Amino acid sequence: MSETGLSEMGTIGFGLLVLLAAVGGAAFLTWFERRLLGIWQDRPGPNRLGPFGVFQVLADMLKLLTKDDWVPPFADKVVFVFAPATIVVAMMLGFAVVPFSSELYILDVNIGLLFFLGMTSLAVYSVLLGGLASNNKYALLGGLRSAAQMVSYEVFMGLSLMGVVMLSGSFSLQDIVRAQQDLWFCFSQILGLYVFIIAGIAESHRLPFDLPEAEHELTAGFHTEYGGMKFAMFMLGEYLGLILISCMITTLFFGGWLGPDFLPGVVWFLLKTGFFICFFILLRAAIPRPRYDQLMSLGWKYMLPLTLINLAGTGAIALWMQGG
Amino acid sequence: MLKSLLSQLQTIWTILQHSFTPFETVQYPEQRPYLAPRYRGRIVLTKDPDGEERCVACNLCAVACPVDCIALQQGVKEDGRWYPEFFRINFSRCIMCGMCEEACPTNAIQLTPDFEMCEYDRQNMVYEKEHLQIEGTGKYHTYNFYRTCGLQIAGKDKGEARNEAAPIDVKSLLP
Repeated sequence: MSETGLSEMGTIGFGLLVLLAAVGGAAFLTWFERRLLGIWQDRPGPNRLGPFGVFQVLADMLKLLTKDDWVPPFADKVVFVFAPATIVVAMMLGFAVVPFSSELYILDVNIGLLFFLGMTSLAVYSVLLGGLASNNKYALLGGLRSAAQMVSYEVFMGLSLMGVVMLSGSFSLQDIVRAQQDLWFCFSQILGLYVFIIAGIAESHRLPFDLPEAEHELTAGFHTEYGGMKFAMFMLGEYLGLILISCMITTLFFGGWLGPDFLPGVVWFLLKTGFFICFFILLRAAIPRPRYDQLMSLGWKYMLPLTLINLAGTGAIALWMQGG
Repeated sequence: MLKSLLSQLQTIWTILQHSFTPFETVQYPEQRPYLAPRYRGRIVLTKDPDGEERCVACNLCAVACPVDCIALQQGVKEDGRWYPEFFRINFSRCIMCGMCEEACPTNAIQLTPDFEMCEYDRQNMVYEKEHLQIEGTGKYHTYNFYRTCGLQIAGKDKGEARNEAAPIDVKSLLP
């Protein structure tokens, strides 16, 4: 572990702040996404409560909090309750390594990238266990799909980032951002970026890759039996995942906090992240959900070879640059 | 692969252009849609231009009604006019089809451009005659059944109606 930019107490305080901001941001996103989707579908979206309808978040929260916290009698109770907590904890832990600016970060470890990958992978347990514990056909199918989807997309999600690691020579996210001083990796690692975005959506199982949920086929997929706060936890996890993936795209490919000097780094970081969140919502508005076998064939037949080509190409160039 | 990628990029671009198209949605309570005069909404009973009830309680509306939501009882006034003693429409059944309006021979029952009739209590959806009866003539401003038909009522003998010839004395052979 390298030296932190903040004092110990400061780090703890900043960590709490990040957690609050992430949860608040996720809650805000539930409204923001609906407004944005509405605009792209030629309708206003929720616009009644408060300025621009932003208090819709509070109304939704109040509704979810006051709902009956029900566990179906046929479900595996312990796992059923455990599953929604997992996704939130895993996603929140993922925020620990996000470098918001050169000074503002909770943790800068030399395996930061691996830590992020590990935490997002843990989130699959939530979906899988939720689907299993519900003891419901739809939920089971949803969990099954999510497991297969995660296993196949996890492979090249990790591999697509190896190009970045090769070029920057470090797994530490601080070092990766610093390595982009001259040129952002979105140019040199365009294939990696493409694969990472697609795998990222699949990882946070958002539309168009929300096959575990697929409300047209599986009612609500893995969270069919969930309601109230447990359902809200899944939703929170999903939105946290969205924010986390956007943060990671910013950090790994778009220079993190780097930007012209007239704004502080953290503002640049948040602006870029916000842009990618909007982009993900745009994807949701624009692209239909693929069939399950299409998803699998896209993953294994196109994405994996593409990643391997990118990996080999980057490696060759890196070696050539070193030698020359 | 490349073709489908281009197609998807095109889709994203098309959706992005929708950021600048106006909303289709009508913001209902503040901004109300125009409802045509012939819109089929809440049912009313109208009066003729002289201010008398148009309904003659012929029961044709009740017969025409596909959901049997109309109930009425015929009575006769002292002047010879027929009228409904009670007239009841159960709006929790009514499907606003307008069949009653089409069946009505006297233009009494009419549908109006009003659909805001929510109630918390189902019983309040049953409208009695005093709720249905309006003072105006509705969509037909000049029509007056008793001034058009041949029925004899107090103050109007046979043959005195509009466009009506004097009755023929069937017992006379004179031309």
